[in-house]
Amino acid sequence: MSIDNLGFETINLGHGSGGELTRNLLDKIIFKTFSNPYLDQKHDGSIVKIEGEIAISTDSFVITPIFFKGGNIGELAVHGTVNDVAMCGAIPKYVSLAFIIEEGLKVSEFIKIVESIKKTADESGVLIITGDTKVVERGKGDKIFINTTGFGAIHPKASISVQNIKVGDAILVNGFIAQHGMAIMSEREGLEFESTIESDSTNLNFLVNDLLDEFGEKIKLFRDPTRGGLGTVLHEIANDISKGVYLKEAAIPLEKQVAAACEMLGLDPMYVANEGVFLVVVDVDIKEDVLAVMHAHEKGVNAAVVGEITNEHPNKVVMESLIGGKRIVSPLVGEQLPRIC
Amino acid sequence: MKYLNEYRNLEATKKILEELHKITTKPWNIMEICGGQTHGLVKNGILELLPNNVRMIHGPGCPVCVTPLNLIDKAVALLEQGVIVCSFGDMIRVPGSKKSLLEAKAEGGDLRVLYSPIEAVSIAKHNPTKEIVFFAIGFETTAPANALSVLHAEKEGVENYSILASHVLVPPAMEAILDDELCSIDAFLAAGHVCAIMGIQEYYPLVEKYKIPIIVTGFEPLDLVQGIYMAVKQLEEGKHVLENQYARAVKEEGNVSAIKIIKTIFDVGAREWRGIGEIPNSGYIIKEPYKKYDAESKFSIGNNKVPENSKCIAGEILRGIKKPHECGEFRLTCKPSNPLGAPMVSSEGACAAYFHFSNNTI
Repeated sequence: MSIDNLGFETINLGHGSGGELTRNLLDKIIFKTFSNPYLDQKHDGSIVKIEGEIAISTDSFVITPIFFKGGNIGELAVHGTVNDVAMCGAIPKYVSLAFIIEEGLKVSEFIKIVESIKKTADESGVLIITGDTKVVERGKGDKIFINTTGFGAIHPKASISVQNIKVGDAILVNGFIAQHGMAIMSEREGLEFESTIESDSTNLNFLVNDLLDEFGEKIKLFRDPTRGGLGTVLHEIANDISKGVYLKEAAIPLEKQVAAACEMLGLDPMYVANEGVFLVVVDVDIKEDVLAVMHAHEKGVNAAVVGEITNEHPNKVVMESLIGGKRIVSPLVGEQLPRIC
Repeated sequence: MKYLNEYRNLEATKKILEELHKITTKPWNIMEICGGQTHGLVKNGILELLPNNVRMIHGPGCPVCVTPLNLIDKAVALLEQGVIVCSFGDMIRVPGSKKSLLEAKAEGGDLRVLYSPIEAVSIAKHNPTKEIVFFAIGFETTAPANALSVLHAEKEGVENYSILASHVLVPPAMEAILDDELCSIDAFLAAGHVCAIMGIQEYYPLVEKYKIPIIVTGFEPLDLVQGIYMAVKQLEEGKHVLENQYARAVKEEGNVSAIKIIKTIFDVGAREWRGIGEIPNSGYIIKEPYKKYDAESKFSIGNNKVPENSKCIAGEILRGIKKPHECGEFRLTCKPSNPLGAPMVSSEGACAAYFHFSNNTI
């Protein structure tokens, strides 16, 4: 798909006025890119059909920088919401898309983001069915903010609930943690370190679907540890069920370069954000089978069993360190602050 | 990750721990000076693997924790005057007497979190109409980079850059701790990174004067366990010598060029330590020829001494008299989300280490 010459290079307040400039922006970029039977009606909203129970999830994306190694804000806005819907045990189908653009954003950058959203939506098997575009004054935003809401049909075999978790259940993750957060950190102002760490931003819905097809209600819970990282999400689970979580540090998949970057910046990978990682809690009897299915899928090649649910230390996450000691993994408070020396 | 994985090896660590259990016959109190070491001990669960009668006491080596309250107030005042304040990340959540740097930022202050003071000089260069101040805190470890930023600014002719300096030195603090009548410390693990800069020669007189073993120690689990073993071995044998466990990073004479840069910019003088008070000859003061790079001389930001929160026992924590969980406010009113004092904020603070990683019920 190519976008015609638009006759303007930057987005200005007029593009959010609702008048001709807005129509120009929508027709030439948005409707052209995302064309589908629902959107093409150009109505105030879309009427869609979803059978049975549905899962809905919304998320706003305010990342800076908007382009980073391994992705951009547009890709993230689709993956984030598609994954949140999938984590409910649902098959994502439709996504709404709303932009808040700061005046002055280059049209070329906007087009890049829109094209990336289209590609990501196609790869994830979802349609963009409604949306909104607003422009705010310079200084009132940070280039571009995106909100997406996803809708999906609950998988017929799914029974995802934290309440289904019992003592002895195994906890698995699908791959290397902390990639996304460290990719972003390495590009932020003031951090002059070069790395080839790429964001792991990806859609997880097909792997989740495979697991549900195969194991149904024996899958107790999916969660994607985005902000706050693996440590924070596990802590939430322990609290929700008033049980303990026991982890082995040596089992947690952590890529060497990411580990080194975390060391250098004084960050704990357990609290660094992920975008292509999910954890799954399963009946202990099927943990090896689940691992095998994950390993066979491109999004789960580095999957591992990292821990279990226990009666010991309720409401707490305890991790066995590499040298055999034990420590608490507490939830993240505020932003992780880099240390001094 | 070479030189890291080797020092996180389960088998090697186990072996030293077994030896440590064998040789320990009496109760010993060992202070690790550096907050990084405290975190290493707690985060790796080492404390519970030690013999019951080897007790680790956590030292004052957390730069954020010992930075005086009124200095944070000065940094806040600079932000409120429209100065761009650059800081290490650790510092920004520490409560001042009225607010933290982070709160001042939320109110409109231009605060930048950096990893290197050199970056602050470059911000100054790109913002010629603004004043830029780097909040230069820390022990001997961060002093060379902060001093270098001043030399860099001078060389580049950057006039709108200055530092708000609060550098403190480890050996005088060790001496102050040993002179305290409540002191019960039998041996020290000296801070490996400080010694990597300064060398180890300053510690010989301390060993002699106080008849106390000092082991220069690194930060990885194996380093820490080995440092503790070396200290206990000396104590059990009735010896007191200076030993260097961290020889892979620490040379006898330290980093000669770094020391030279420090001496160009700084004189040694009295410094106030948060929670401990003023210690003579315990910090760096900017030398006269470089005063134009001293934010305290450049700006009128007052010098009000403000009282600490009376409920916070940071002073006793930093001197090793009490442990974090022995504080009545710990986990109840004092948490990282609502810290009463600095040791609950910094990633090197003992209270934060206990809050995040340790629990007596494990």
